[in-house]
Amino acid sequence: MRFDTPATTNPIDQLRVIGQPISRIDGPLKTTGTAPYAYERHDVVPNQAYGYVVGAAIAKGRIASIDLAQAQAAPGVLAIVTAENAGKLGKGGRNTATLLGGPAIEHYHQAVALVVAETFEQARAAASLVRVDYTRTEGAFDLAAARNSAGTPKSGFGGPPDTSVGDFAKAFAAAPVQLDETYTTPDQSHAMMEPHATIAAWDGERLTVWTSNQMIAWAAGDLAKTLGISRDKVRVMSPFIGGGFGGKLFLRADVVLAALGARAAGRPVKVALTRPLMANNTTHRPATIQRIRIGATGDGKITALGHESWSGDLPGGGPEEAVNQTRLLYAAANRMTAMRLAVLDLAEGNAMRAPGEASGMMALEIAIDEMAEKLGLDPVEFRIRNDTQVDPEQPERPFSQRRLIECLRTGAERFGWNKRQAQPGRMLDGNILVGMGVAAAFRNNLLTKSAARIRLDGSGMVTVETDMTDIGTGSYTIIAQTAAEMMGLPIEKVAVRLGDSTFPVSCGSGGQWGGNNSTAGVYAACVKLREAVAQKLGFNSAEAVFADGQVRLGNRSVSLAEAAGAEGLLAEDGIEYGDLDKKYQQSTFGAHFVEVGVDAATGETRVRRMLAACACGRILNPKTARSQLIGAMTMGVGAALTEELVVDKRTGFFVNHDLASYEVPVHADIPHQDVVFLDEVDPISSPMKAKGVAELGICGVAAAVANAIYNATGVRVRDYPITLDKLIERLPNMQ
Amino acid sequence: MKSFAYERAASPAEAVAAATRAEGAKFIAGGTNLLDLMKLEIEAPTHLIDVNGLAFDKIEATPDGGLRIGALVRNTDLAADERVRRDYPLLSRALLAGASGQLRNKATTAGNLLQRTRCPYFYDTNQPCNKRQPGSGCSAIGGFTRNHAILGTSDACIATHPSDMAVAMRALDATVETLRADGGTRSIPIAEFYRPPGDTPQIETMLMPGELITAVTLPEPVGGRQIYRKVRDRASYAFALVSVGAIVQSDGSGRVALGGVAHKPWRVEAADTALLRGAKAAAAQLLASATPTHQNAFKLPLIERTLSAVLSEARG
Repeated sequence: MRFDTPATTNPIDQLRVIGQPISRIDGPLKTTGTAPYAYERHDVVPNQAYGYVVGAAIAKGRIASIDLAQAQAAPGVLAIVTAENAGKLGKGGRNTATLLGGPAIEHYHQAVALVVAETFEQARAAASLVRVDYTRTEGAFDLAAARNSAGTPKSGFGGPPDTSVGDFAKAFAAAPVQLDETYTTPDQSHAMMEPHATIAAWDGERLTVWTSNQMIAWAAGDLAKTLGISRDKVRVMSPFIGGGFGGKLFLRADVVLAALGARAAGRPVKVALTRPLMANNTTHRPATIQRIRIGATGDGKITALGHESWSGDLPGGGPEEAVNQTRLLYAAANRMTAMRLAVLDLAEGNAMRAPGEASGMMALEIAIDEMAEKLGLDPVEFRIRNDTQVDPEQPERPFSQRRLIECLRTGAERFGWNKRQAQPGRMLDGNILVGMGVAAAFRNNLLTKSAARIRLDGSGMVTVETDMTDIGTGSYTIIAQTAAEMMGLPIEKVAVRLGDSTFPVSCGSGGQWGGNNSTAGVYAACVKLREAVAQKLGFNSAEAVFADGQVRLGNRSVSLAEAAGAEGLLAEDGIEYGDLDKKYQQSTFGAHFVEVGVDAATGETRVRRMLAACACGRILNPKTARSQLIGAMTMGVGAALTEELVVDKRTGFFVNHDLASYEVPVHADIPHQDVVFLDEVDPISSPMKAKGVAELGICGVAAAVANAIYNATGVRVRDYPITLDKLIERLPNMQ
Repeated sequence: MKSFAYERAASPAEAVAAATRAEGAKFIAGGTNLLDLMKLEIEAPTHLIDVNGLAFDKIEATPDGGLRIGALVRNTDLAADERVRRDYPLLSRALLAGASGQLRNKATTAGNLLQRTRCPYFYDTNQPCNKRQPGSGCSAIGGFTRNHAILGTSDACIATHPSDMAVAMRALDATVETLRADGGTRSIPIAEFYRPPGDTPQIETMLMPGELITAVTLPEPVGGRQIYRKVRDRASYAFALVSVGAIVQSDGSGRVALGGVAHKPWRVEAADTALLRGAKAAAAQLLASATPTHQNAFKLPLIERTLSAVLSEARG
């Protein structure tokens, strides 16, 4: 189905199942521990051996020699895979560094060997006996030091590296009120619960992997390319995923090494990355340095807006696209953005939890707060004054929906923003300095094609198959709701099967594109199935009504079970998009409000309450959507207060590579969260009239926390995370 | 993990005998730290002697009005004990500030004293670390040191001891009771229990090989307001950046011990005396010999401010 004109009324608008707060249909499996995760799939293939990954001990250089003798002689060892003996390997189109290093070492903990043994313990013990001698070479590990050597990256996912409208330099210089500040965000780790894990089994030349991956078709294609085998010989399955956050968008070392280990050992092999490997072996969100310049008139109208961002990556990698939102969020006649990319020899930088906007909003929305203060304006009001209903770079291009102002006003009202003291450091609760902060939320809505296959069987049951994944987001549930709505069935009559590369290719999970696109694909397949049912019954499909498990036309009514008959009916289709996202800018909007308490003595910041007011299209399921939002808001608190992969700039690795030292929020950090969804449908986005939801929730949160800390203490911190050591010397004196 | 022999000791004598027989033997009780370290091959004992079956799980009154806490008393049980909560609230509060409920259910009193540092370089076996691999060097010095020691450090090691409980034990003047391999017993004041890192940071306590902690004894209660203030980056389940354990009497005199600043809980007699003169004076005494790095110099003002808040609370 091609979607190239705005949606009109369709069966989804009935909202009998869609739009209802239905609990996740996979919930019982999750809560009873019976949803099978990749590493636990003991039943899928017999005789599984265990692989243990050896990570490089240096950041850059070469393997001078590698001695496997001791490891090979260790009890239980079946095979050891290294680059030397693995045969020729390709590299997936989405990988920057090779997934099995050697002799060249590109980053710390890059895999250099896989030891396969009868038991996990034997594999681990033998792995420590692999003797690798390295020759180190100098590397670059410090973004600030490499900043001046940064070059212009290729035009990427988020647009060109340089943009310019009007005459920024002139307008900025002429502006009566100016801001020119630099902000930094650190490297961050996805820190999902389930590590990367894979079981691989060969059957002749056919390879099957049970893994944990957000994008099944990407994984299958890149796995085939890496191994140099035909794509149709590879099957990838990933029905349940214990968190991804972008860390599982791509093929990673666990998959390749499990496949190579299984080939070498002649039996199935399972591999999980250990927690320490997850920081330095896989991808991470790269650090940024961001310079923001804003010029405004005395009455608070932005006339010049400039945002430059520097980040680093391995040779051949890409930038953190931290300037994207600045091209769209506020009006200004004169504007510029620029991204620069340095070469850094740290592990590969890549997508994590709203890549681009999450980092960019961390900087931009502090700058807006600072500018509001310079202007003597309330930061909510300042944002409202600079709203735009069109793409500021292309004014002929409107937003499909843009209700930022309503988000700000609704949020302010509900949060009690009027109780905020504009003067910092004025609210004291016992020995706690209390402050409130606000930030806009912004994340683009991305359209990408997505397909599904639907089977109606003789019992009236519908089964949906698509290679879409559920990374804890609720995909199973909203897909079931979509099929139930379309076919006129209760949700119990819909089965959903996901995450298998033999199923039709979906949009996958990432960039908050999963919900809208995957359900639109299911919608398309359901339209086709409805036609097949109608055709079989001799009904005019446009007039047939699907409701209560029946198909009705005039006086005739046939049950879906009967219509399907013994042989059943099958339909397959997908959604494809025209140019509606060219004609219209499709984005999601919100406003984050945060109240923090900062201990006047110690500088410890604790969030006291937070609220997000969001306008992001039709909410397919208010319960799962809310869960997505509060999860994202929690990640924003982590980004604001604790999350930092610390670089050892001497030797080039992330030092705090476990969950004891890379601190994400715990329950005690998140006392109270509130989410408001504005009533919005966006017929330009898809037949579902929905948009992305999840990542909107993280974009802006950290800045709202930072702004609240400033409001509480009068201390402006522009370097994340805002830990107490950055506040302590500047806190108001104690009595 | 390296293969190891495992045995359960049926008596304390058997436990110490077994530990003496096998070189590289270690006692295991709760295992909350040791097993993690074994999985990472930071610890690689050849022999584990499980002491969980020994009768060291009681909290008993001592003849001189104190409390004798068996080595195997779990952190949860110790924190919840009515006598501890009434007479030694500092200990209860320090325990509850540490780890998580699940860990406290397993972790023991003796094991808590013997937990090892959380220096991230100690945890990465690719990095030189004198504590893990004597003589290999210290990667922390000159590296990421935000949470390292500012007191009692050496050129070989700047790691901290991570325990909260030990800080309270230090302020309460606890004594560590042991059984030696030769059958003899001894009592080691907590003040003397931890060895400075010096050139041998791998040797962390005064315990001799095979020596087993049997109990920790508290002297009679000293009363006063007892406050444990742990400062950390997140609200729970994080190690202290610094912590202050204080006992403040109504006349303003008292005791103070610090966590998160050294290889041991840090207490200075002169600082106790200076408490009467306020937080600034006491902090000056506590920190007189401090040698912070650029990254952890914030601990100095943080300690003074935290102590000041603790004293205000105690007097309030």
